[in-house]
Amino acid sequence: MNSLYYQKRLSRNIGDKFFTSLSVICALIAILPLIFLVTYILIKGGSQITPELFTLEPNPPGDDLDAGGINPALIGTLIITTIASIIAIPVGVGGGIYLAEYSKGGAFSRFIRFGVNVLAGVPSIIAGVFIYALIVSTKILFGSMYSGLAGGMALSILMLPTVIKTTDEGLKLVPNELRYASLGVGASMYTTILKVTLPSAFRSIATGVVLSIARAAGETAPLIFTALFSYYYITGFGDLFYEMGSLAVLIYNFALEPYDAQNKLAWAASFILVLSILSVNIFSRILAAFTEKTKRV
Amino acid sequence: MEEKLTLFKNRKRFGIEKNIDIIFKNTALVLSSFVAIILLGIILVVFFQSFESFSRYGLKFLVTSEWNPVKDEYGAFTAIYGTLVTSFLSLLITIPLGVGTAIFITEDFVPKVFREIIGSFVELLAAIPSVVLGLWAIFVMEPFFRTFFVFLHNFFGWIPLFSTEPTGRNSLLAILILVVMLLPIVTSIARDSLNQVPKKLRNAAYGIGASRWKTIFSVILPAALSGIMAGVLLALGRAMGETMAVTMIIGNSNAFSWSLLSPGYTISSMLANQFGEADGSQVSSLFYAAFVLMILSLVVNIFAQWLVKKFSLKY
Repeated sequence: MNSLYYQKRLSRNIGDKFFTSLSVICALIAILPLIFLVTYILIKGGSQITPELFTLEPNPPGDDLDAGGINPALIGTLIITTIASIIAIPVGVGGGIYLAEYSKGGAFSRFIRFGVNVLAGVPSIIAGVFIYALIVSTKILFGSMYSGLAGGMALSILMLPTVIKTTDEGLKLVPNELRYASLGVGASMYTTILKVTLPSAFRSIATGVVLSIARAAGETAPLIFTALFSYYYITGFGDLFYEMGSLAVLIYNFALEPYDAQNKLAWAASFILVLSILSVNIFSRILAAFTEKTKRV
Repeated sequence: MEEKLTLFKNRKRFGIEKNIDIIFKNTALVLSSFVAIILLGIILVVFFQSFESFSRYGLKFLVTSEWNPVKDEYGAFTAIYGTLVTSFLSLLITIPLGVGTAIFITEDFVPKVFREIIGSFVELLAAIPSVVLGLWAIFVMEPFFRTFFVFLHNFFGWIPLFSTEPTGRNSLLAILILVVMLLPIVTSIARDSLNQVPKKLRNAAYGIGASRWKTIFSVILPAALSGIMAGVLLALGRAMGETMAVTMIIGNSNAFSWSLLSPGYTISSMLANQFGEADGSQVSSLFYAAFVLMILSLVVNIFAQWLVKKFSLKY
């Protein structure tokens, strides 16, 4: 009769309790850094935010108490990620279209898919080294060495595998009936892709692309010897061919400065970077959850 | 009859449309082959740039730790050792933590809402740029752990791993920040593979009287093992290539030391530190180091992919 009741002292029950608490502890340890990190950045960085931060140039590190603002780095990050997107999105979406719509699972497409995975695993600093050897040291871009353009190219290498993967997987989720219907009423292959399959996979592709842009915005390693850093305002189109600052490199440079004013600027820049990246992530997460509920097909 | 023929004639696709179709297909083909071109380009460019150093030092480069631009002598042993030690030790800490968290998320200890919140929290951690983690490590983690490191040195100083006096940045801090970076990867992949284990396996185990953790250890984890292994390998690749946070906290010293409490070097932090100012044969040696890093991460990644293909779930 007793055996029908839960017995606390049974060794299996004690063991179960032990491992359960162990996994609870693991989960706590895993989320604690995030909570510490985010609150610390929000408090420490948020307290440095002033209107001048967005309009001024940073002052060169020194004894002066006023560090200035981060305007050139902010604009630089926007420009460099835009360049990276302009290169990576067409190439990535085009490549994804080929993999999902045209390839028949042959050796070529298997090799490309394999290459996409391998490229995704290449360390980000290697992308910087590659662009340095190819573009910076050869001065191939009209004689300019370190430039925002080179930085954008390095970032595009990191974005490319993600964009191809999301396009490929987004298109594969489109039901074949849609394709048959379109081809059946006499549409050609490219009309089918551009008018039927791409639009119906648009949301999942867009989510993946936006996430990859957010990731690229925070990348530092490929920029430190391709775009380098600049203290000065970006004034015109020609500045693309010169050193360009970015939020990520600003954080790196100023975190290692011994001066308090520069350190504070690094915290302020982290606040802006983390806030924008996290909001993009959370927003796309909500959007994805929403899409799943209202899926039409 | 006549009427029917003209009808067929009109139904033919225009030549221009056919051409557009072909052009579209070939453009997509060319764009997709860019991936292969870039990948081969990276390997070839890095290899040829490192050729000078490679022919001068050969494999000796990998086992000597002299790095002296003045005497023009280069060996990357300290950096290679640092890369391997930081990545493997951080993985050793991350695996139990990450898998434990993944089990917590996939079991029903707490209501689903909480588990989903914890899961997305951990995934958000992956979105934080590594340079920000480095900043946090410098100003928050290092002061926080300082007394603990002194304690570690005082009581375990007889172990070579803790034999040096802790002074600011060191390899152990780099390992800890790598744990923070790897946790989301291992956790989310382990969670996905645990979720893929069919429910009937669990029910069968419960049905013959296994307790919850007996089920997890003897049924669920073995079934999800290949997926978890692949996640671990991907995390290893990330750890080896991780640059910013490690560069900011490891102390960047080329003096070789067994101790984790002394400043160290990894290949990627060496590149980040020296590439901008290097010239002459130092550049070539840095490219050689970059080539070593690339080979390491390629091997790990390809092995991970092979593992996924070979052992993908059989249930």
